[in-house]
Amino acid sequence: MIKELCTANYAGGYTFTVCGNANRKGRGCGSGIYPITPQTEVVETVVQLLEQGKVEKGRVFAVESEHSAMAACIGVSLEGARSFTATSSNGALYMAENIVNASLFRLPIVMQIVNRTLGPEWNIWAEQGESLLFRDWGWIQIYCEDNQELVDHILMGFYISENHKVMLPTMLCVDAFILSHTMMPVLLPTQEEADEYLPLLDLPHRLRNDDPVTIGGLSYPRVTFAHRHDMKVAMESVFDVYSEAQDKFEKMFNRRPEDPVTGYMHEDADILLVTSSTITSTARNTINEMREKGVKIGLIKIKMYRPFPTDLFIKLTENAEKIGVIDRNTSLGAPGNVEGIFCQDILYALYKNGIKDKLVQSYLLGIGGLDVTPELIREVADDLTKRKKSESSIWKGM
Amino acid sequence: MPLENFSNILRSKNTNCAGCGMSIVHNLIGDALGNNVKMAIPACCAIVAPHSFPHTSYKVPVAATTFASSSVVAAGMKAIQSLNNENINTIAFAGDGGTFDIGMATLSGCAERNEDIIYVCYDNEVYGNTGAQRSSATPVCAVTTTTPTGKKESKKDIMSILIQHNIPYAATLSIGHPEDFIRKVKIAQEVKGFRFLYVLSPCIPNWKIEPALSIKLARLAVQTGVFPLYEVFNRNEYHITEKTDELVPIEEYLDPQKRFARASKESIEEFKNQVLGNWNRIRKMAETFPPGEITEKYLERFPVN
Repeated sequence: MIKELCTANYAGGYTFTVCGNANRKGRGCGSGIYPITPQTEVVETVVQLLEQGKVEKGRVFAVESEHSAMAACIGVSLEGARSFTATSSNGALYMAENIVNASLFRLPIVMQIVNRTLGPEWNIWAEQGESLLFRDWGWIQIYCEDNQELVDHILMGFYISENHKVMLPTMLCVDAFILSHTMMPVLLPTQEEADEYLPLLDLPHRLRNDDPVTIGGLSYPRVTFAHRHDMKVAMESVFDVYSEAQDKFEKMFNRRPEDPVTGYMHEDADILLVTSSTITSTARNTINEMREKGVKIGLIKIKMYRPFPTDLFIKLTENAEKIGVIDRNTSLGAPGNVEGIFCQDILYALYKNGIKDKLVQSYLLGIGGLDVTPELIREVADDLTKRKKSESSIWKGM
Repeated sequence: MPLENFSNILRSKNTNCAGCGMSIVHNLIGDALGNNVKMAIPACCAIVAPHSFPHTSYKVPVAATTFASSSVVAAGMKAIQSLNNENINTIAFAGDGGTFDIGMATLSGCAERNEDIIYVCYDNEVYGNTGAQRSSATPVCAVTTTTPTGKKESKKDIMSILIQHNIPYAATLSIGHPEDFIRKVKIAQEVKGFRFLYVLSPCIPNWKIEPALSIKLARLAVQTGVFPLYEVFNRNEYHITEKTDELVPIEEYLDPQKRFARASKESIEEFKNQVLGNWNRIRKMAETFPPGEITEKYLERFPVN
């Protein structure tokens, strides 16, 4: 890999391009693109690298809407070519119909979502609302902590999505501006490395004239039921294929991408904070400080949200008495006014495993892209330390 | 006219109504192109026609797309075929709803980018699949469930919209003129870039006609000036392919269709005026922008009978 100083947007655009070009000995690659702040640089990078001749067998469609951008990816993918795109916020909502179409068609498209608050009111800063709207329809979802994690998981995303046991698309989420526009040193794969890491895409159901099928036409309930169940089975197989992808990555690059969920100072911790995306980095620093003061606190980082790594999460949290979940998203009107979406899933994961003795408290931070500062995290940790019982989500920092 | 490769694309025993215009459109395209075809079809009768998964009445690969996406899905497919040196006729096949209305932005985008696909619009002038609601292709005075006293507005001029995108080929086709239909599909096959084929497609239940009448009405639509047959190359060469000096009285086209049964005398006059206006405009365009080099080139190989 080569070290470069770059934004998540450039890193994403570059890595998409080398991964696409890695399929040149197969059926090539293609991408439907449409700009939206703060994602635009991703798709600009893709088309600029293509026009510089970095893609031997590919086509970029600079279309008239996000809806068509994903539709172009669907057409490309149905022909057995590798496909990718990026969007943000309302762009994802405009694309919604075809986002769901992509997973229902079992197309291994990889998409970067730059998490941005939904509007109006128009707000271009970080929140996870748009990607979480698509959590239920068969997209693998990864929430990245830094630019490197994005690059690594674009490679791994194609590897996992294109596995015949999986054949589901992947959504890679990064926080608006905090990553999308922030330069940091990143190890980028060379073309040769992408070629070696990724097998050529072999789409079993690609449209062929020698075996004509009608994909997506009329389907009766029993058939649709079975198709949906196939997708459930495919989702469950993601964990095994993820480990395979980690193994191959480690063998090639001498470092191992983290597990879907990871712990930091969690083993002896009485209280745990749970975070995703960039809030994790801030929280880790706070935990270091508090540890120095003797507070037995640790951190759980959820990187993969769909499929939810339940078993691993339960194992990592088994010693803790209290769990504080920090969400940068809302589900308004949720049961018990626990509006944090990750927290809802965690409560269910614990309940499902018969764990009822832990105190779980939901905190909403950084809504509308408000800065999540070390002070705020410290306040959360202090609240959790003193807390005797849980209540509805606590909205902090308003 | 004997059809050599009848039902190359759509098998018999599909779920279309007897006399469905769209079935005949498929058959004529199949006669022109054989089965070296792939299709992207949005929500419309044509995606219900093949019956349910895993069965299909289509003999060629078909992707069902979301309502507004057929043209760009076809463009995605075509681009990858071309990168792999596969010469397949890739068709977006949509009704008037998917073309005039919900798919308009996508269609305009593909036309402007000159995507290398054939776009076929089979226009039955109504949202037929959902049971006869108005579309912007519904003509004035036609009764639909959402225009219960007859439509007050005129039909959208889809041809002019597409022609002004400066696409290499746009043509109107009629199932009542099969030789002309096949000729135009064959020309479309040869032309590179975005090709728009626009067909009037009689709809048995929603035009409220007898199944035996669909071809006759399609023919009458041409003869009355309701649906003039012409082709346009690169915006600048208009070629009228069915010269009609004397138009058949419009009542012969309107009377068998019960969708016009409630139309008043005045609204029928309005219908007539619009038809004549359209026909005269097309003739004037053909005088101002007459057939030139490109038309001649194709006429040599594909003469008009």
